[in-house]
Formats: sequence, C-alpha cells, structure tokens
Amino acid sequence: MKEINVQEIITAVEKLCIEANCELDKDVIEALEKALESEESPQGGEVIELLLKNAAIAAGERMPICQDTGVAVLFVEVGQDLHVSGGVLTEAINEGVRRGYEKGLLRKSIVKDPFTRVNTGDNTPAVIHYDIIPGDKLTLTLAPKGFGSENMGALKMLKPSDGLAGVMDFVVETVDKAGANPCPPIIVGVGVGGTMEKAAILAKKALLRPIGESNQESEYAKIEQDLLQRINNLGIGPQGIGGRITALAVNMEVFPTHIAGLPAAVNINCHVARHRKVILEGREHFQ
Amino acid sequence: MMEIGTANVKRVTAPFTREEVNALRCGDQILLNGVIYTGRDAAHKKMTAALEKGEELPFDLEGQVIYFVGPTPAPPGKVIGSAGPTTSGRMDAYSPKLIAQGLRGMIGKGLRSQEVIEAMKQYGAVYLGAIGGAGALLATRIKKSEIIAYPELGTEAVRRLEVEDFPVVVLIDSLGQNLYELGKERYKR
Repeated sequence: MKEINVQEIITAVEKLCIEANCELDKDVIEALEKALESEESPQGGEVIELLLKNAAIAAGERMPICQDTGVAVLFVEVGQDLHVSGGVLTEAINEGVRRGYEKGLLRKSIVKDPFTRVNTGDNTPAVIHYDIIPGDKLTLTLAPKGFGSENMGALKMLKPSDGLAGVMDFVVETVDKAGANPCPPIIVGVGVGGTMEKAAILAKKALLRPIGESNQESEYAKIEQDLLQRINNLGIGPQGIGGRITALAVNMEVFPTHIAGLPAAVNINCHVARHRKVILEGREHFQ
Repeated sequence: MMEIGTANVKRVTAPFTREEVNALRCGDQILLNGVIYTGRDAAHKKMTAALEKGEELPFDLEGQVIYFVGPTPAPPGKVIGSAGPTTSGRMDAYSPKLIAQGLRGMIGKGLRSQEVIEAMKQYGAVYLGAIGGAGALLATRIKKSEIIAYPELGTEAVRRLEVEDFPVVVLIDSLGQNLYELGKERYKR
C-alpha cells in the first residue's frame, strides 16, 4: 500500500491548469504547421499563421492561448493500492483548480446554477471522471474545455440499421452545422457504442489522443481518415471563412453496446486542444 | 462578385458613421483603430432589459462597435489578459434591439441569425470577425481598457477599449453578403 498526501495533488493540479492553458501542445503546433502547407485559401492560411503566432506569444508571455480557459475537465486514474491521505481527493482537485486559475490569471467561467447563473468566482467545481485501475499510482489528465466548441457537440441514439453510414453522416452533419462557431480548424472526438453517457465520455476521451495518432484498430483508423476527408471537403476552412482545413484530426473511440442500440456522440474541440498529464507516485506507507 | 482573399487591408476607425459602414464589403480585411466596447451574454441581457424599461444604457450606442469578449484577468503591467472573440450566435436574441438603437458594428466569431442580418441591412451595421483562439495575440492590439459598467459581472463587465490595428475581417456587410456562405461555397468539394 502506498500513500499520497492531498497537498501533492493540489500542487500538481495547480501546475497543470497554468501549463495547459498557456502552452499549446506540440502535436497541435505540428498539425497547424502541416495544415499551412495544404491550405489552399490565402485567408485561411493567414488565419493558421496567426494561430501559430498567438501560441508563441502565449507561451512567451505566459498568457492564456485563448480567453476561454474553459471548464477544468479531469480524467483521474486511481491505482487501487493507493491511499489518499490528509483530505478528500475531489476537494483536493478542486483546490488545485481554484489556485491554478487564480495564480495563472485564468478566466473564471463557471456559474453555480445553470438557471440563476451567478459565477462561482474560482472556476470550480471541476468536472472529474474517475477510473479505478490496478497499481498504486495516481494519473491526473487535465483537459480544460472551452464552450465555443463544447456547445457544438451532439449525441444521437441511432438504430442498428443506420450502421456505419448513419454514424458517419451524423458526424459530418454535426461538424457542418457547427460551421464557424467552434473556431476551426477543429479536432473531432467521436464516441460510438456503450450507452448514452458512455458514448459522450468516449467522445471526450477521444480528444485526449494526440493528433496524428490513429485508433489502434486499423478498420477504425480508416473510418477516422474517411471522416476527416469528408469534413475537410465541406469547405468550412480555418475560422469558417472558406478553405481546405476544417479539421486537423478525427479521433474515434468505440465500445461494445446493446443489441438494440447504436449510440454515437460528437465532441468538438477548437485548435486549442489542451491536455496535460501527470503521474504521481505515492510513498511507501508503513503501518 | 468580389474575390475573397484578395481584398486590400483597410484601416478603419471606430465609432462608425452609416456611410463608413456602407463602404465596407464582405471579405474586406480591416485593421481597426479607435474605441470599441465589450459585451457578452450577461451584459447584453442587462442592456436590453434597460432599454425595455426605458433606462439609460452604460454608453450611447450611436455609431458604436461592440466586441463580444470576456477577457482573462490582466497580468501585472498589462492592459488586458487574453481577449479573443466569443461565439456571436448567443447574442442573436439581443443584437437586433441594439442595432435599432444605433449600434453600427459587432465583433465576434461564428454564424448569425437571419433576424440579425435583416436588422443590419435595415439600419446599416456590419459584422466583423476576429480570430477565435488568438486571444493572446489580439490582446497586444488593445492599448487601453476600462470597466465602465456592470463590474459585478467580472469578465462579462462592459469595458471601453482603445484598439490599434486590431485585425478583423468583414464577415457580413450591410447588404447582408455573408463571407461564411461565400467562402464555404468556394472551397466545397
């Protein structure tokens, strides 16, 4: 049995919040540079150049890449042989978010109640997804999610008879309808199977996968490529003003489902696809 | 039909007259100078509520430009934090009422409703696009920022900004020509 103190978790989350929001991930930068070569629209190309320039300013001046520093979404994997001491894990994560958003001068975008809409003032609570895994480590993955793109997501309970073609049409229609709103070039997360909520979480989890890394199953990887091509043939382009590069990647995750169903979810991310991971090792705990 | 992407870059100063707005064409690339005001969801709700009650607005809308933005806090020694546009469609419910009161320009990103476009045509207004996701870069073109209303709204408060060569593109002009539609049509396969 190993042990980890909540203080260590708080500090780690605080750091993740600041880094994720100010430093654009390398996979995104490389994908944008590559997109620059294939973008046919001159204005679209200029947009991509400015996005790269923006990332450099953000990293250099420690400024948020985008003013929408998002909901703090965390995927947390807790090793079943790890004991959290000194407090409650969820509270520690929220304290880390609170400190990170304050110290990092990040925007506080969370309202306490969806109807009365008063800002909580510290960007908490985070949205946390827990997994219990073998071992004694704690893995924290932070993926701050802006709502320009989050609002453009969709979920559909398709019929088994709709099949792959139905799912693909749904994904392309969702991106087409979103148009300029999610700040293209985008990354498209697709979750297929499971139940309603499982498909939605799969779609979000798909966004954690680095750009350029295909689904490990070759038939799914092929579907990702076909979807990317169809999406980039829509003509939406960078910022929606017309062009070749509407999406940088389509990442799809698949899960077994019920004999009667075919749930599919699409979660769109803008180019500011932030995800930062840290693995914390506990200390030996002697009783 | 104008050629998208080949328009010259124009320098324009806000606030605008109706004539200045009418001279702007969909696809024009603009470096915006002068004074603009910030406002997003909560501020729009408050401003239109004030109009309905016959109360005075935080600033006279005649000729003005509203930038749909909720910036991050300003770092020490800086005017403003990251400050890129938010999705304009959420302001569609309010914008026609403000355009009818003299608002001449909106800066944001994303699609607008037919009601907004009709109001723009009727009263003479323009919809400008700033690059979504380029908040750190856009912040460098903002030279002054001052909260003038609704400070309780935090990031959503109304700010008076002075901008210098702030890069925008005309997305929808006062004739209702729409760059999103024209641009997409051109690159569709």
